[in-house]
Parts: sequence; structure tokens; C-alpha cells
Amino acid sequence: MTFRVHVRVMPREGLLDPQGQAVEHALSALGFEEAGGVRIGRAIELDVSAQSRDEAETRARLMCDKLLANPVTEDYLLEVEED
Amino acid sequence: MTRVAVVQFPGSNSDVDAVRAAESVGADAYLVWHREEDLQGADVVILPGGFSYGDYLRSGAIARFSPIMEAVQRHAAEGGPVLGICNGFQILCEAQMLPGALMRNAGLTFVSKPVDVIVERTDTAFTYDYEPDSRLRLPVAHGEGRFVAEPDTLRMLEAEGRVVLRYVAATERSPFQPNPNGSTNHIAGICNAEGNVVGIMPHPERAADRLLGLTGGSGFFTSMVTSDHESST
Repeated sequence: MTFRVHVRVMPREGLLDPQGQAVEHALSALGFEEAGGVRIGRAIELDVSAQSRDEAETRARLMCDKLLANPVTEDYLLEVEED
Repeated sequence: MTRVAVVQFPGSNSDVDAVRAAESVGADAYLVWHREEDLQGADVVILPGGFSYGDYLRSGAIARFSPIMEAVQRHAAEGGPVLGICNGFQILCEAQMLPGALMRNAGLTFVSKPVDVIVERTDTAFTYDYEPDSRLRLPVAHGEGRFVAEPDTLRMLEAEGRVVLRYVAATERSPFQPNPNGSTNHIAGICNAEGNVVGIMPHPERAADRLLGLTGGSGFFTSMVTSDHESST
């Protein structure tokens, strides 16, 4: 079976996120004063062939730990959906 | 003669500068393509600056899995000296050969200018020829040079004297701003526990020739040659 895996990688809470800050300032300059706490990460989508949803998730987690996210500076969230 | 291997990744751009700087102090320096698996008898390995794999995903994240990196890791595990410069430092952190990570500069800009640093550690294969607490002026050129690490890791680095280079405050002799990137504790370079793996953000290879205006970086290259003589006698 093939599963579509959605990975959301975000800078770890408490670490300075200059991109998020710059975008927050830009939003404020555009008049969106209600916007705050902007943080910028990245979204990664991939297909994973696996026997089960659990296997797909286990493999995707390994991919995140090894390459897709930096364990020192980033946290990630996984969503697995059947194709 | 000291053999210095400079690893060339797709996107490296200070590789030839590093070879030249090493040659200028009498080393036998050569390029090794990242797909190779053998360092060809290197005494010293340099991971040069640049933008390996276009900095895709994260700086150094993909390069750390290049085939040559297994040989680099073996070389380091056997006590062989490894110097990562700029992108090379990022690769060493991604490969977990050095602790911490290098994140986007705090000031939102790519920083390309000379900075002042202090050499705090002079017993490594790359800083042996400097007097303790020497002040150097070296160029930096990076968008992601803000060193971060877990609080425990930072305390360990400081307690064990593993900060090799630190950005220093401007004096009347130095018009440059300290800490160009918001780096934690003004850290510009660190080493591993054994002291044989060193990562630095400034570019000594771009400050090792009178023609280029700055010569403060040449000590990194003379040290490689000197410390090799020390160990082989």
C-alpha cells in the first residue's frame, strides 16, 4: 500500500525565528496589527510504500530523525493518510 | 610533507582557496570529490565553505550523507585533524561530529565582512601557531552562522574550553561590530572533546595572502603543517 505522509517541521519553541519576526513586522506594517507569534517552518509531503499505516509512520519517523528535521533546533509533526 | 585533503561538494566555493592556502605553507594539498570513498592518505581534512547542495533542506544536511563523509568520520575517530570552515562547520554539526547547530543569522541579512575574533584554544592542529588570546581579523560570509545548542551543551563547551574562536567587541582599533549573526555566547568556532575536529564560521583561507589584504588566517594552515611535524617526530 502507499501512504501519503505530511511532515510539518517547525523551529523549536524558544529559539529565535528571525524569518517569523520579519514576517510579523511586515504584517503589522500592512495594518494587520492583530497578527502575532508568527513562526515559519516547512512542510514536506511524500509517498511511503508500506504494509500498514503503522509501518509507514515508523519509517517516516526515521526519515525525520535522520534527515528531514534537525534534532537540535526543530520539532516535527507527522500525519499519515491512505492514498 | 603534510597531506591535506579538501573535500569538494557540489556547491563548494572555497575549496580551491583552501587548497591554495595549504599549498602556500608547503602542504601537499588536493581536492577530493564528495562521491569518493577514500581520502588518499590525508593527514588533515578540510570541509570547505560554500553552499553544498544549494543549502537545500538545511545547510549541510544533505552533504553530511555524501559517501566521503564515512571516511572523514573514520579519520576523525582515529584522531585525525578535521577543519570545517563555514559550510564545513555546518556539515560537521549536521553529522553530529560537533554539537549544536547553525541557524539563520539574527540580523536577517547575509553577512559578508571582516570580523574580529579571539583565538581561545591554541592546542588544536589548526591553532597551534597562534599565541593564546590572539586577536585576528577574518572575513565571514554566511546567512546561517548563529550557533545554538542546548543549555547543557553550551555549559559543557565553556567548561571544557572548547570555544576555539569567539567574536570580540569592537575597540577603537576595530570599527567592526562584534557578533555578526547573534551567535550564542559570541561563539565563532568550537572543537570536539578530543580537540581534533574544529568548526569555524570565519574564512581563514580568504585571509592568508598579502594580495587579499588580510593575513591573519595563515596560522590555521601553518599549524596544520607544524602539528603534523610534532606528531611524526
